[in-house]
Amino acid sequence: MLGVIIGVSSVVMLISLGKGLEAFVTQSFEDLGSNNIFVSPGNVFSEDGGFNSFQEQGLSAMSNSFTMSDVKEISRLREHVLKVAYYSVQSDTLKFMDNSEKSTILGTNADYNQVLITKLDKGRWFNASESESGDRVVVLGYKIAEELFGEVDPVQKKIRVGNVTFTVVGVAEEKGSGFGGPSFDSYTYIPYETLSRIYNINDIMDITVKARDDVEITEAIAVIEKTLEKSYEEDEFSVYDQAELLKVIQDILGMLTIALGGIAAISLLVGGIGIMNIMLVSVTERTKEIGLRKALGATPNTILGQFLVEAAFLSILGGVIGLGIAYAGSLAIQPFFPAKVTTEAVLLAFGVSTVVGLVFGAAPARRASLLSPIEALRYE
Amino acid sequence: MKKKSNQLKKKPVKNSAKEHDIILELKDVCKIYHVGTQIIRALECMDFTIKRGEFVAVIGSSGSGKSTFLQVASMLSEPSKGSILLNGKDVTKYNEVERARLRNKEIGFIFQQFNLLARTRAIDNAALPLVYAGVSQTEREARATKLLTQLGLEERLNNKPNELSGGQQQRVAIARALINNPSVIFADEPTGNLDSKSGTEVENILKDLHKQGTTIILVTHEKRLAKIAQRIIELKDGKLLAEHKPPFNKL
Repeated sequence: MLGVIIGVSSVVMLISLGKGLEAFVTQSFEDLGSNNIFVSPGNVFSEDGGFNSFQEQGLSAMSNSFTMSDVKEISRLREHVLKVAYYSVQSDTLKFMDNSEKSTILGTNADYNQVLITKLDKGRWFNASESESGDRVVVLGYKIAEELFGEVDPVQKKIRVGNVTFTVVGVAEEKGSGFGGPSFDSYTYIPYETLSRIYNINDIMDITVKARDDVEITEAIAVIEKTLEKSYEEDEFSVYDQAELLKVIQDILGMLTIALGGIAAISLLVGGIGIMNIMLVSVTERTKEIGLRKALGATPNTILGQFLVEAAFLSILGGVIGLGIAYAGSLAIQPFFPAKVTTEAVLLAFGVSTVVGLVFGAAPARRASLLSPIEALRYE
Repeated sequence: MKKKSNQLKKKPVKNSAKEHDIILELKDVCKIYHVGTQIIRALECMDFTIKRGEFVAVIGSSGSGKSTFLQVASMLSEPSKGSILLNGKDVTKYNEVERARLRNKEIGFIFQQFNLLARTRAIDNAALPLVYAGVSQTEREARATKLLTQLGLEERLNNKPNELSGGQQQRVAIARALINNPSVIFADEPTGNLDSKSGTEVENILKDLHKQGTTIILVTHEKRLAKIAQRIIELKDGKLLAEHKPPFNKL
């Protein structure tokens, strides 16, 4: 029965994780904006179709970065490129009155919020002229704004970033966190030029390009690659789009599903064997009862049915407990990981446990049904 | 007790003109077991008849073949040879399902060990054969209540076997044997597990049932108990040794 509990709970968890992930990934990709091409330093994808770890990427990923001239080169490809967003990051402490919070500061450009869709809760994004002249303006992530300002409206308030005074021009909408990692809600956005001057940063970590609607995205990728190949080696950068990213993520999810599915299958097998054992013991213990029932007119099929129902009942009981555990589990991990128990998962849990009970109950039930009434009655 | 068992209603006789008809007939029936290469002749070929309403005892020491006789005659096991006629119908060639139905409708069993279902109330134990006959719950309970009341257990309907004395348990088992109005009752050492007082009660119930027209085959090793029957068949080594008629002086 423990096996059925584990099996059913893993099946239900599997489905709820799958469903949650699917919803999360879809949502995240909507947030990324459509027609986007990502330009990252280092070789992001491994040859076998997964992601390269940082170790595999080697130092190149950590040290290699782009420069402002790369951004300008890409921006010049007007036939294919609509908008370009780029950023570099720095960590520093934000202060407002007595409140202070550490935050990741993204130095980016005015187009960023249109390329990597970032809606504003209050105020506005900084404009191109503020961005180019390196004005000390800041857009706060939802959470960091809440932590610093509480109930106070942050727009037009002065805050200190490190030792420099900034004016808050906007607050981003809440995005929520996905996998327990750093959330966009804790980010702070300032113009790249400003970041560059204050922290003396001249490289660019990541470039995102919004392609024109009227061009093929693969064509745009090829053009960008060609441009960058003038300055870098082929394996020093990666240009890819959402489809490629999605495919890799789906491959990983697929492997995860197979692994969890395997665990579920093995647990169900073990659980089934457990039920078979319980039923065999039950048949042995109740040999005399079976003999009596047969003597009094129970046909082999009646006995078969009785024991099958008992096995299915045991298994379904395990299934219900498993379902409860899975439900509690999905509630427990919800803050860190998107998971939801769906109706189909519940139906599947019942279906699977009934089938396990019937399949593994069949042998003991058949044994009971074939007992000879006299021998069974004589059994002590 | 005697008074209460007198309340047992006379079983309706299906056809009064045939009251002394043969109800069960064994023709040249024998039972052979194969154990490895050994052949055990548990029951030598024999003929046996019992008339409607008759009370017959089958006696013999252990190993005499009386248990085999009971199993074969009650359709619990098939004879190796010969044929069995119940109410004039040859039931030897019945398959397992048909035999189960036949036992359910035509045979009542009373066992030495009572064989009641442990976690089941007296009323449900008595009604068990009706479950397999497809009778509705309401009617099952009504019929079981009536029979248990006639057997003096009206206060014990909802008690489980472990809450009943041995005698009471055997009375529940007797109610179970009677509940489907069977043609023949087989009683296998019905007093073997009872103290003498409860034993006498069960004896009296059997006598009353006989008086009311029930056909009874009593299998026992106790000669004293066998003497309540009209006729005694004595078995030895699987063979019919003798048939005794009252006053059973030779026993």
